[in-house]
Amino acid sequence: MERLEPWWLKALKYASLLLALFVVLFPLYSVVIGAFKTQVEYYNSGLRLPENFLNFDNFRKVFKVGRLALAYKNILIILAVSLAGNVLIGTMVAYALGRFEFKLRKPIMGLYLIVQVIPLVTTQVATVSVIKALDAYNTIYAPMLLYMGADVLQIIIYLQFIQNIPKDLDESAMIEGASLFRIYRSVIFPLLGPATATLVILKTISIYNDFYVPYLYMPDRKLAVVSAAIYNFVGPNAAQLNVISAGILIIFIPTVIVFLLLQRFIFSGVTSGAVK
Amino acid sequence: MFNLSYNKQKYVILACFLTVPLILLLMFSVYPALALFYFSLTDWDGLGFDMHWIGFANYKDIFTRADIFAVFRTNLYYFVGGLVQTALALWFAVILSDRLRGRYFFQVMLFLPYVLHSVATVIMFKNVYHAEYGSLNTLLGALGLTAWKQMWLGNPHLVNFSLAFISMWKYFGLSMVIFIGALQSIPKDLYEAARIDGASGWQSFRFITVPSVRRVIELMLILTLTGALEAFDIPYVMMLGANGTTTFVIQTVDMAFKFENYGLASAMAVVLLLIVLLVIGLQRKLLFREGR
Repeated sequence: MERLEPWWLKALKYASLLLALFVVLFPLYSVVIGAFKTQVEYYNSGLRLPENFLNFDNFRKVFKVGRLALAYKNILIILAVSLAGNVLIGTMVAYALGRFEFKLRKPIMGLYLIVQVIPLVTTQVATVSVIKALDAYNTIYAPMLLYMGADVLQIIIYLQFIQNIPKDLDESAMIEGASLFRIYRSVIFPLLGPATATLVILKTISIYNDFYVPYLYMPDRKLAVVSAAIYNFVGPNAAQLNVISAGILIIFIPTVIVFLLLQRFIFSGVTSGAVK
Repeated sequence: MFNLSYNKQKYVILACFLTVPLILLLMFSVYPALALFYFSLTDWDGLGFDMHWIGFANYKDIFTRADIFAVFRTNLYYFVGGLVQTALALWFAVILSDRLRGRYFFQVMLFLPYVLHSVATVIMFKNVYHAEYGSLNTLLGALGLTAWKQMWLGNPHLVNFSLAFISMWKYFGLSMVIFIGALQSIPKDLYEAARIDGASGWQSFRFITVPSVRRVIELMLILTLTGALEAFDIPYVMMLGANGTTTFVIQTVDMAFKFENYGLASAMAVVLLLIVLLVIGLQRKLLFREGR
């Protein structure tokens, strides 16, 4: 592949990349500088760097007025419970479907596939009635229940992994007298670790970023998660663009850190999902 | 459990491991889809269980009231934006699959918007688009392009473009990374052989790259179309659907939760669901035909 590219093609490639980079970074740049400015400064200084990068007043204010501490506590509880449940459910379904032959195997796979096609937003109207019937409406359990179920993407990724775990391992465990549950717990579950890591990361990001489940199912302000907190903050404080910028930045940071540290897991999860 | 034969254990395991997941699936995915059909034939207001069977009156409403279908025009902006996004994503994926200095850095940076918080992203763009103090107009002013300054959200001819751009900004990196994954699975010797046969760069792209990732391109187009039909959070968080930015889903959600007309809202959801299923069905059919 050592053919020489014409210089203009190379130039075009770099020019388009740099332009894209600028388009991605420009909004972020304006948020970062805005977050450190006073209100007067924000309205007068345009795109210039802030006078004082140690001005954390905006962060303090949005944290307190926007009740972000509470929002983070709520989202962490929801994440912990949903993810734990989700991993258990996902691995259990994958073990059952991946290791055993039984009559309902195909119908169950089919059901998961069909359900995947239904756009979630459209069925909310009816899902609300289920949540209300369970008395979970406006409680922290509503999003937990909704996030916990396995989705087809997750099952497909787990199934691919399970097929690569040699059956000999199961069999030698059986020879030593291990029960099937023991095999799931001590052989399959640990060996699914890499898939679990990828899925947990992707789920964490999508739950953290989700807007409409908390918005529709938990209007109570005490239960506000991060999405709801910033949404509620903006309304009455629309003029304080500097404080809002600080809030945006605080909310961006956790997923950015997760992404930068664990890029490879995220990229592999995203691509294996699409090439099914 | 330890004294059971493996055959019996198998059924115990299947029962234990599948019951809870299936209950969740039935309760939160299958039942709502079925209930939706039922509600759509009633005049339910969402409170209590006071509902009356009214047959297909809701559907008649949808197909006779021009205002309900008219909002699909808004969804069109997101569809066109999605097409542009897919084309750009393919271009950058091809570039970044070559040997290129700093390619991993570019891949990471261009993917970054996808992991950013959705609501916070929309609010960030609210600040960027702000007519007077927004960074976009400030930038245009600083570049001496004062004439290009716009009311990005105030101008009804422009607002949907501004909103669709946010969607492109956010999801472009995802499409790109999926394309990169697909491109990496093309065997390198194909290109090598083409080069020996004297193929130009464009010819290898046209006759090797495009056919190899055709499936993925089709998948992207479907996702673009369904994503456009389901556009909701960007226009909702930014404008609450004001200034002509109401999409079909915003209208459905408002119909249910604001106007408490769950019956009509359910019928609208069913219509959307059928449209999405139709699109996917058509695509499957085309795929199978060409697959032979």
